[in-house]
Amino acid sequence: MTTEAADSVQAAAAIAPAADPRFLQRHGARIEYVLIPGAALLAALAAFGGFIALYGKNPLDLYFYMYYGAFGTWFSWQNTLTRAAPLILTALCTALPAQLGMVIIGGEGALLIGALAATSAALALQAMPPLVVQLAMVCAGMAGGGLWILLSGGLRHYRGVNETISSLLLVYIALAILNHLVEGAMRDPASLNKPSTREIGAANMIGSIPGTDVHWGLVFGLIAAVASYILIYHTTFGFAARVAGGNIRAAKIVGLSVGKLILTICFLAGSCAGLAGMVEVAAVQGRTNANLAVGYGFTGILVAFLARQNPLAIIPVAILLGGLNASGGLLQRRLGLPDASVLVLQGIIFVFVLASDALYGRLSLLKGKS
Amino acid sequence: MDFGRISRRHLLQGGAALTLSAATGLRPALAAETTIGFVYVGSRDDYGYNQAHAQGAAALKKLAGIKVIEEEKVPETDAVEKTIESMINLDGATLLFPTSFGYYNPHVLKMAAKYPKNRFEHCGGLWSEKDPKNAGSYFGYIDEAQYISGIVAGHTSKSGKLGFVAAKPIPQVLRNINAFTLGARLANPSATTQVIFTGDWSMPVKEAEATNSLIDQGVDVLTCHVDGPKTMVENAARRGAFVCGYHVNQSPLAPKAYLTGAEWNWEALYPKFVKMIQSGESIPNFYRGGLKEEIVKVSPYGEAVTDEAKKHAEEIKAKFMAGDYVIFKGTIKDNKGNTVIAEGTSRGQQDAELEKMDYLVEGVLGATS
Repeated sequence: MTTEAADSVQAAAAIAPAADPRFLQRHGARIEYVLIPGAALLAALAAFGGFIALYGKNPLDLYFYMYYGAFGTWFSWQNTLTRAAPLILTALCTALPAQLGMVIIGGEGALLIGALAATSAALALQAMPPLVVQLAMVCAGMAGGGLWILLSGGLRHYRGVNETISSLLLVYIALAILNHLVEGAMRDPASLNKPSTREIGAANMIGSIPGTDVHWGLVFGLIAAVASYILIYHTTFGFAARVAGGNIRAAKIVGLSVGKLILTICFLAGSCAGLAGMVEVAAVQGRTNANLAVGYGFTGILVAFLARQNPLAIIPVAILLGGLNASGGLLQRRLGLPDASVLVLQGIIFVFVLASDALYGRLSLLKGKS
Repeated sequence: MDFGRISRRHLLQGGAALTLSAATGLRPALAAETTIGFVYVGSRDDYGYNQAHAQGAAALKKLAGIKVIEEEKVPETDAVEKTIESMINLDGATLLFPTSFGYYNPHVLKMAAKYPKNRFEHCGGLWSEKDPKNAGSYFGYIDEAQYISGIVAGHTSKSGKLGFVAAKPIPQVLRNINAFTLGARLANPSATTQVIFTGDWSMPVKEAEATNSLIDQGVDVLTCHVDGPKTMVENAARRGAFVCGYHVNQSPLAPKAYLTGAEWNWEALYPKFVKMIQSGESIPNFYRGGLKEEIVKVSPYGEAVTDEAKKHAEEIKAKFMAGDYVIFKGTIKDNKGNTVIAEGTSRGQQDAELEKMDYLVEGVLGATS
């Protein structure tokens, strides 16, 4: 909340010295990227405050507890960052294919398959030193998730199947495979009332970032987001992907190998979500069971769209949503709001940010014209 | 301006709570106002598992000097660790009730090790000697109440066909199905229970389908073991079948169709726990019990229950209350004809073998896999 307020203040300050129209011509578009979503967010918070007032609660209490629960203390920050970590990775699963104009919404499936693959690798290599096991888990998780989304990419490229539908349906197949293995072939006979695989072993857990109790998944997410940004905006491969995303026929005419782009990007996208699954196993659960399917993949879609599919913008948006989820508990406990109120707020933010899309390029103030 | 005032006030409160919980241990904090945190995996008005715990929490709210804080729909991931920490750090909770089975390992164990001064009471886990001493697990032998439901169902059913909508073929669920069936066959030796597994704890669409398909096959009394029995109860009542409830009393949903039900009695247990702590007594780390120990109970009988059924059910219930009745007593055969409990073997309430149950008894139509 305050960060956004600061953003808009900064943006406003940036406009102030803009007596020079060239400044606005050059930077107007960038200012828009901060100002418009920031304003949309503030508007959404105001609307939610009104909604809460109808409920008979004080909106100022609401804003305070949201801030306090998400960013108010060091504990709150750690809570927020822990919740943001998987979202950064699953958001990339939607944001990367979006560069090609593809709408992939099956990150949840890639996460589950990645988790299963990572667990299998760890269980197969129990005799090896922890570092080897952990590296194998990363590779297996990424490969598993990557291949899963590659299925959607392949179906789209070779058979013309809509990737949105296929990736969504693949989530349910992934869940069925997970349940089948966890309740059958991979079940630990000792997990009586909660069917689970065997544990990967305490030594193989990747643990927390020193000095915090935020797990390493956050660092993996940051690295993946920055690497994706560089790939998309600072390499010829990324340029080719954006060209193909802008106009696929033009891309074919200039000789770009669109099929290769689709398959590679889908694999990379899936491997991000697969890595999120590996982190859930290696940093949180210690084994695979149905608890992994809690919807990180689906929240990731929301994050990617709010970040306008920009890999770098995913980081603050994931932290914002992590903060919303972290403060949700406090809202339940202090204000007696139902759990669904956080979902309502997420929905309102989503609608406001999508609606604000219409404003891009229309703010005459930012075009350097009088 | 206004905002600043509010935030300062709340910050001071929060800060005071923090220093209080940090500076004092569990006992002194209990002397003043105690904050107790409840964490639910689903919604607390689900007419099922979570509502049963919320009713227990509501019973604590009535006690003097007790403040109850609650959070619902907390998944079985590190989210529950954060919720627990948040309750401890931001609200000063000293006693916590993480109520979902999947919270126990690794999440509750991790938190118990991290916050040794707080007490954790987990529902359903199997506490063992190697687990932290400030953690405990409690659970009820609700199969005793299911057995009573079975007796009533066996007397009420005209077709002799009973139905069971179940989540997963795990030991706890199988034990309920078997107890219900054994109870029904006590009343009507030719009764059968058709079981349908939906595959997960909360699958309303599949639960409705299962209910309809059971009734289509001639079943006229149904019960269930899923997180929220509401779907089954309402659909069965609409189709004119009778129901036995589970988790809490669902008779408000179907007053005419509701026969009886197997309920948790957390509103009796939780105040007992708090009183034990207040009087300096320690709660056993592994706490179990059934009807006699008042951890489970049977719903009041509905209007459709005959006097004969009531008499039979009350007679067996009295034996449970006296503590000398065993449900799983040989010879018991599974539904494939194998003897699972030999003649002369009596597996009582606390028998560890029953925790590993992987069969369906004779009279159950269905398979575990």
